Parts: sequence; structure tokens; C-alpha cells
Amino acid sequence: MHGRRAPGHAHPPAGRSARAVSTPFDFVVIGGGPAGLAAAVQARQLGLTVTLIDEQPEPGGQIYRAVERAEAEGRAAALGEEYRHGLALARAFRDCGATYLASHQAWQVERDGRVFATDGTASRLIEGHRVLVAVGAIERPVPIPGWTLPGVMTVGAAQILHKSIGLLPDAGVWIAGSGPLTLHFAAEIVAAGGRVAGILDTARASIPGTALAHLGGVLRGWRYLAKGLGYLAQLRMADIRRVTGVEAVEAAGDSRLERVRWRVGSQWNEAPASGLLLHEGVIPNTQVTLALGCAHDWDPVQQCFRPRADAFGATDVEAIIVAGDCGGIGGARVAECRGRLAALGAAAALGRITPEDRDRRAEPVRRELEGHDAIRGFLDALYSPAPELLAPSDDVVACRCEGVTAGRIREAVSLGCLGPNQVKSFTRCGMGPCQGRMCGPTVTGVIAAALGVLPQEVGTFRIRPPLKPLRLGELAALADEERAA
Amino acid sequence: MREADAIVVGGGLHGCSAALQLALRGRRVIVLERRHVGRHASGINAGGVRRLGRDLAEVPLSVQGMPYWHRIRELVGDDCGFTACGHVKVAESAQELETLEKRARTVRGLGFDHEEVIDAAEVRRLVPALAPHCVGAMVVRDDGAADPFRTTLAFGTRAREAGAAIEEGEAVVGIERQAGSWLVIGTRGRYRAPVVVNAAGAWAGRLAALVGDVFPMRTRASMMIVTERMPPFVLPVIGAVGRALSFKQSPSGTVIIGGGQQGRADLDQEQGWVDVTNLAKSAGAAAALFPRMRRARIVRSWCGIEAEMPDRLPVIDFSPGAPGFIHVFGFSGHGFQLGPICGVAVADLATRGTTDLPIASFAARRFAVAEAA
Ligand SMILES: Cc1cc2nc3c(=O)[nH]c(=O)nc-3n(C[C@H](O)[C@H](O)[C@H](O)COP(=O)(O)OP(=O)(O)OC[C@H]3O[C@@H](n4cnc5c(N)ncnc54)[C@H](O)[C@@H]3O)c2cc1C
Ligand SMILES: Cc1cc2nc3c(=O)[nH]c(=O)nc-3n(C[C@H](O)[C@H](O)[C@H](O)COP(=O)(O)OP(=O)(O)OC[C@H]3O[C@@H](n4cnc5c(N)ncnc54)[C@H](O)[C@@H]3O)c2cc1C
Repeated sequence: MHGRRAPGHAHPPAGRSARAVSTPFDFVVIGGGPAGLAAAVQARQLGLTVTLIDEQPEPGGQIYRAVERAEAEGRAAALGEEYRHGLALARAFRDCGATYLASHQAWQVERDGRVFATDGTASRLIEGHRVLVAVGAIERPVPIPGWTLPGVMTVGAAQILHKSIGLLPDAGVWIAGSGPLTLHFAAEIVAAGGRVAGILDTARASIPGTALAHLGGVLRGWRYLAKGLGYLAQLRMADIRRVTGVEAVEAAGDSRLERVRWRVGSQWNEAPASGLLLHEGVIPNTQVTLALGCAHDWDPVQQCFRPRADAFGATDVEAIIVAGDCGGIGGARVAECRGRLAALGAAAALGRITPEDRDRRAEPVRRELEGHDAIRGFLDALYSPAPELLAPSDDVVACRCEGVTAGRIREAVSLGCLGPNQVKSFTRCGMGPCQGRMCGPTVTGVIAAALGVLPQEVGTFRIRPPLKPLRLGELAALADEERAA
Repeated sequence: MREADAIVVGGGLHGCSAALQLALRGRRVIVLERRHVGRHASGINAGGVRRLGRDLAEVPLSVQGMPYWHRIRELVGDDCGFTACGHVKVAESAQELETLEKRARTVRGLGFDHEEVIDAAEVRRLVPALAPHCVGAMVVRDDGAADPFRTTLAFGTRAREAGAAIEEGEAVVGIERQAGSWLVIGTRGRYRAPVVVNAAGAWAGRLAALVGDVFPMRTRASMMIVTERMPPFVLPVIGAVGRALSFKQSPSGTVIIGGGQQGRADLDQEQGWVDVTNLAKSAGAAAALFPRMRRARIVRSWCGIEAEMPDRLPVIDFSPGAPGFIHVFGFSGHGFQLGPICGVAVADLATRGTTDLPIASFAARRFAVAEAA
């Protein structure tokens, strides 16, 4: 090896090589739900330059999805008063002077505040001094026997079909699960003139039971409770069958769903089903903050991971802030408050307002937040997921992309795999198109239960770009742009 | 305190392969791996088993290493997902083709005939999906590809069966010379052996420093892309003269794209960060050779880290100063293929103090010499 010279032993420069759409924005918001919209409006009021990126064509997020269109088409009234609250929010956002990248999916966020987003054709770079991650919640996966059969889907997916294109389920469809959304959605269907075959309620506590401890909170949050009771009355009036105390649900059928089975006490029952909509509450969508390497903590009450954040949503990564359900489930009104706080925090961090000014402005928001937050403890106790959902039995499929069962995961653990990433290498679980978005919580749950430790100790899948499947051409466009420069 | 004949630091392919060969020779060997076997470069690389286009200094060892792959099941009891699917390096211009021909002549001149230059028609026959502008290629028909994690695991498992102990979750934090032997201090235990093998991949420089060896080296952070499953359309592994690209379709249908575009390495966090602006270049290169790929969906990208030497050749040698201390690292982006044979070389050094395998180019002293000159 004498005198050998390396041909150009230089690495390409790391970092900021791609061109931004324009100069950096003060505040880049990912997600146009109540948290993101409220944050954008608040940030503009404080004089920050703002871009909001959202994959939907219209502002509103999950709960106020397509609210402007529903209003224009006269459908909003049927979707309820709460839904129309979103209209005011959407309008305030439209008027606030933020740049709005609708129908743009953020597929990579970097720790220095760069965000890569695609409109489905080409990718672009948006730079922010602060980035607000306000990507909302995802439904907790419901791995029951038969959940991968065609004909079984989540309540959330059915709701999206309803809110965005007005599609109603047919009368042979069952709803099974717990969490406010099951009742809410059933009532929504009834109000729109539809029907469902019945509701299998898996909520574990009854209102006077465990939740009694939270009564103080309930009284302050009475508006919410009235809403819950209102749903029940609506469903009774429409004569929708509701089975309570359901402890287990199974989907059955040969190549698609034909029957639903459920157990109350030791009694199994069965009914024909043309569809089955599952829902066991929502958990924070932590894909973005996990990919960023932000610190996360296991929330033992809500049984999910959430990013570690201060009162203004600041994470342990300087440029990254969280607000709304992706930082911890709180519901739409809480998300809105947290969005406003995030904007105040960002403005102060960027030196646009003083910490005193921030705190003064935050005070009324905090008080409002307390009122909304009070109900949370009650709902959490009422709707805490059954242990077998977090760690299903051996024959249940955990990862549907690669067809990996909970039993396979346990086997990997018994062979010495101590964490989700090692299990992934062993079993391919989480390597499919969804990249562990669906099976991640289950994998962590199964490993934790098998090892007898808390999920915090087990951790989560490492999340790698892209956050959502991206076409190669959309990625290549970044380099094309640079070459043209 | 546990005693052994040799302690291997690092449970990547090189550590496991060395441990396997030592165990097969009846030596007591302990592998200490900070995370788990195959956690780093060895488990997440492109799986290319290639002689094609290797640095001339590496050709002899690489060629001698190839039969191990063709008989991999005999060695480790698993086929490791290996297929001899061939490697093709395409030329997109007459000039590039000329470069390949010159290279093939040089390699033939050294006495090796594995590299073969083919014309446009033969390229089209081998890779019908390739963009039509390609004018020729170099092929090595029985090069291949394997499943990297499965391979590394198989070497680890076989090493255990042969008697090696592999301690996962054990990080080496100190090494001391004591009474003519090495005391290796882990976070969980202490180990003593006359021979220590440094197979610590990206962290090998840190390990070397514990015994006073300082190497000029840096950290590579090569990135990969995997797409969703696609109908089978390409069999061999594809590279290109004028582009940083390695492109192959796995048996399951996913397409795996690499080629050495760099992300950012973080040795302390033990991870690499994908740099998407550089990643876009890999995507562009793949799309240029396979236009249909523009519409393929990427499901994931990742970044693996490893050590790179200034001449991009590994160090496979005794430490110049620390007796019984063997380095095997610095594979600079192409050490997977060399995994099986290097285990033999290291075991030779450890048991006989020398080897007949052609590793003279990988001497540890070459850097010191270069500095003195
Ligand atoms: C399926 C489902 C249905 C729900 N239905 C109801 C209901 O009927 N009533 C109710 O009170 N609460 C409902 N909730 C809870 C409610 O959505 C939340 O409490 C509230 O919307 C939280 O607001 P947010 O701003 O945090 O997030 P969201 O309102 O969820 O807004 C997040 C936005 O970010 C977008 N986004 C996510 N990732 C990206 C990305 N990578 N790039 C670009 N955009 C992205 C999403 O499309 C969405 O528009 C539901 C939750 C879910 C998951
Ligand atoms: C993305 C990518 C693609 C590649 N593609 C190819 C290819 O197609 N063909 C090819 O031939 N090569 C390829 N390579 C190169 C190849 O992967 C590496 O050269 C090879 O795997 C190196 O193996 P190793 O065992 O030396 O290192 P590693 O696999 O990195 O193993 C080193 C191990 O040491 C452990 N360790 C480090 N420090 C300590 C400590 N103090 N205590 C205990 N344990 C420690 C680490 O945890 C690690 O597991 C690629 C590399 C990358 C990153």
C-alpha cells in the first residue's frame, strides 16, 4: 500500500444543500386540525411568518374535516354543533395571512427545522425557525381475531368516508369498541338518516364505577358529559341495539367478514355482519416526533407514548414544538388551546415577545385548558383499553403488512430479542408499507407483557423517512431542482 | 472474570465470522456486542456479494472469498438468502464502456478473469427493463446477493453452536494489559484473553485508541432506500460507471437502492441520520436507469455507519504496538462480501500468528509509513 492516494476522499457536504421554496419562515406548522389552525392564527397575530402544511385539501383536521365544504353543501348542521365550531376556526385561518400548503404531505422533518413535503408530484423543502408538529391522533390498533378480514375497518376510516364523501355504512354493519368516537359516529350516522346493526360496547368501567373518583372533573366538564348522554339518547330513540359489558369481540368468515362474535361474561353470542367497525380510542400520532428522535414517555393512564414537552409544547429538540393530540390525547378544544400556547412559546423563543408577555397572554388560555382537561381523567378511566388489546393472544395477527402474529413476536422474545427493532429484524414485523404505524403499539405491548416490564423500557420502532410512502420520482425531484439551480 | 483464548469485540459479520473460525479450531472465544448481533452495518447493508469493480488491492482476497458464499450452507447451515444472481455495471456512453474495457484488461493482467465486458445486446438480454440508452456493461455472472441480517445471524448462531459465547448487550469500555494478557472491561463483566479482535465497525477507531493505536479514519453513513413490492423485473444487481448506484430487486419483490450516498453519522448516539437531499440523488440515479421506478413507492430509507480509511481499504493486521491485538475493520463500504474469508484470515493470525491469505495490502502500519514519508 505504498503511495496509494484515495481518489477524492471527501464526503458530500451534509445538511443544507437543497434549496428552500423561499427564505425560512418563523413558524412552520404541520397539520391543519384545531391545534395547527389555532397556532397559525395566533402566530400571525404575533407577527410571525407562518406556513401551514396539511395533507388534506381543506383546513379542519380530523374532527373538522371538510367543514367548509359540508357547510357549503348544507351538510354541516347534521354533523353537529361542535363540528360547526370548526368553521369559525377554518375561516380565521383563511384570513390570517399564513401561507397554506394544502394537499401537501410532510414526509420528512429534520431537527434543524427543515421540512420536506410533497404534493404528490414533486417534493419541496420548507424551512422553519420553529416547526410545530400538530399531526393529531391515530386510532389505537385493535388486533382481535379476524381483524384483517375484508369487511373489517376502523370507525375512523368509516367516518372519513362519511365526512368527506357522505358515504353511510349499510344496515348490516356492527360497531365494536369503546371511546367517545364509537357513540359519536353512531349518532352521526343516525342523524344523517342511516342505521347500523348494533353497537358492542367494550368500555370497561361504568359511569358510576371507577370514574366516580373523577366526578369533580366531570362536573366542571359537564358540557362533555351532556354530549355523551345526548348520544345515548339519540341512539335509543333510533332503536339501535347496544350491548354493554362486552369483553371480547371476534370477526369471522372465510375470505371476508360474515359474522361477528362477542362475549359478555362467559356467554358467547354471534350475529351476521356485512361490516365491522372497530375503535378502541385514539393515541398520539408520534411518527414525526419519534423520527426526529425527540424524547418520549409512556403515559400509563392513556397507555401510549407521548413526546416529552413543556407547557408551551417545546420538546427536547430546540426547533421542534408539539401541540394537539399528537402530544397527548385531549380532544379538539384542548388541541386548540395547546396550539395557541405553542405559538406564544415560539414567539417568545424567537424573541418576538418577552417571556412576561408570553405568560400574560397564556394565562386565559391556561384557564380555559383546565376546564377542558378536567373531563380527561374521567374519559381515560372509562375507556382504558383491555390488556389483551395491548398484547393479543398468539394466533392474532399483529402486523398485517407482513402477516406476523403475536405468537411470532413472543417467539422472537424467547429467542432473546429485547426490543421492537430487533424483533423487526427477526420477523419482518413492521417492515411492510405501513412501516409499523399499525403494529408498533402492539409489538411494544407484546414484548413488554412477555418480559414483564413497562413499555417505557421496551421502547418503540425506530422511524425512518419517509413518514408516508413516497414515490421515487417525488424524491428524485429534489435533486432535479438542485441540478437546475 | 471470564477467561478465553480470544475475545472478539463487535458482533457484526466480521466479529461473528472470526468467532466461528476460532471456535471451529477449538479455541474458546467470547464475542462482546454492545447491542445485538447484526444491529449495525452487517445487518442493514445492501447485501451485495460482489467482486466486480473492487479495488485492485482487494481483488485477490475477494476472489478467494467467493467460494465461501457459493457453499455458504455448508459453512453456517443456512443459505443466508444468497443467490448467485450476477452483478452488472452499466456503461451509458462509449467512453464509459472504454473505461470498463481498460479495467477488465488490467484485472486480466493480474491473472483474474471474473470480469467480463458485454455489448448492448447482451445487456438488454440480461436486464430487459434497463433504459435503452445503455451501451454495454461489465458483468460478473456468479457474483450475487444475500440477506444481510439473516447472514450475520447465521454466522452468530453457527459460532455459538461451535462453542463460542456471544454476549449481547455488553459494551467494552476499557482494555488493560495485565501479566502478558488482555483484561477487557465491559459494562457488565470482565474478561481475560491473550488475543483480542477489534471488529467494532464504525467504532473500531475508539477501540483501537484504548490500546494506543491511532488511525486516520472517518465514518461513512451510507443510505439505502427500499420500495414496496413490485412484480419481478430485474434479476442481477445493477451498478453504473457514471452514477453512485446499487440497485437490486429482492426475492420478495421490494427494490433496494443504495450506492453510497451519504447521510450523517452520530457515533455517540450509535445511529445514522438520513440526509434526504443526498438520498434524492440515489432516487434520481435509479430512475434514470429504470424509468418505471419513478412511480414506485418508497416505504423506508435508512442509514448505516461504518469506518472508512483514507485509501478505502480495510485494516486486517496485528496492532503495531499492542501484542495479540488484531484489527479487522475499515471496510469502507464494501466489507460484507469479505466477511466469510476475513474470519479465516483473523483466525489464522490469532492461532498461527500469520496467514497465507493475501492481506498484505491491509497492513496496519501503512498509515504510519505514509505519515513518516
Ligand atoms: C379517526 C379519528 C376520528 C375522530 N373523530 C372525532 C370526532 O368525531 N369527534 C371528536 O370530538 N373527536 C374526534 N377525534 C379526536 C379529534 O380528532 C381530536 O381530538 C382533534 O382533532 C385533535 O386535533 P389536532 O389538531 O391535534 O389533530 P387533527 O385534527 O387530527 O389534525 C391533524 C392534521 O394533520 C394532518 N397530518 C397528519 N400527518 C401529516 C403529515 N405528515 N403531513 C401533512 N399533514 C398531516 C392530518 O391529515 C390532519 O389534517 C377523532 C380522532 C381520530 C383519529
Ligand atoms: C448501507 C450500507 C450498505 C452496504 N452495502 C454493502 C454491500 O452491498 N456489499 C458489501 O460488501 N458491503 C456493503 N456494506 C459494507 C458492510 O456492511 C460492512 O463493511 C460490514 O458489514 C462491516 O462489518 P463489521 O462486522 O465490521 O461491522 P458492524 O456490522 O458495524 O459490526 C460492528 C459491531 O461492533 C459493535 N461494537 C462497537 N463498539 C463496541 C464496543 N465498544 N463494545 C461492544 N461492541 C461494540 C457494534 O454494536 C456493531 O454491532 C454496506 C454498508 C452500509 C452501511
